Amino acid sequence: MVLQEIAKMLDAEVVCGQEQINKNIRHAFAADLMSDVLRLDTSEMLLITGLANVQVIRTAEMSDIWCILFVRGKQVTPEMRALAENCGITLLQCKQSMFKVCGELYQAGLLPLY
Amino acid sequence: MEFSYHIEGGDFSKAGLASSEVKKILKQLNVSASVIKRVVVALYEAEVNVVAHAYEGDVRVDIAPERVVVVVEDRGPGIPDIPLAMQEGYSTASAAVREMGFGAGMGLPNMRKNSDELNIESEVGKGTKVTMLTRFNP
Repeated sequence: MVLQEIAKMLDAEVVCGQEQINKNIRHAFAADLMSDVLRLDTSEMLLITGLANVQVIRTAEMSDIWCILFVRGKQVTPEMRALAENCGITLLQCKQSMFKVCGELYQAGLLPLY
Repeated sequence: MEFSYHIEGGDFSKAGLASSEVKKILKQLNVSASVIKRVVVALYEAEVNVVAHAYEGDVRVDIAPERVVVVVEDRGPGIPDIPLAMQEGYSTASAAVREMGFGAGMGLPNMRKNSDELNIESEVGKGTKVTMLTRFNP
């Protein structure tokens, strides 16, 4: 799926990293526990999370994850945004619950990592 | 090539600064992306541990053509039982650390997974020294 389609489908706001909106995504991983994200061997994924703090961006930076979707109406702070821009990470935020977002994206064809 | 960084205990806003710098340096040295990821994930886990458990710490990074050695040494409570701390799921992290998305007892096992050699020395009441070696061509 193209990131743009995901944003449109979920009525998600693109907070930063608009330049990557036409990139393709095949896999997604959902977690609020960054320790679980840091254990993944792959990098090509959309990270879906309901945790909004600067360490989420740091975790993505170390893991080479280039796109994060914040769910449950969690707001990206200016500090998170600045770091994401610096690292070339696209941030999206939407209001729906994680369960609903995962269900919709799975149905639309995004694949789980395992 | 040697680099060093300081880590303040308890200051989650700055956790990851050293890892971020090391990532930039390794990229400039054309180290492969998969090796860079292993090194910086292991270092980031170590940084988070210092912030979560210790008063302060220092990171020393020594880069040679064939490998990188990262030493993270802290002044803190130390680890009374290292084999227990190495077990997945064992954690003494505070609620505040868990709220940041860590403290699930997977940091040390993940550092072992992402380094070719891991050595942990610790003295209760003094601190912990973690040494991680990663080869560029495994």
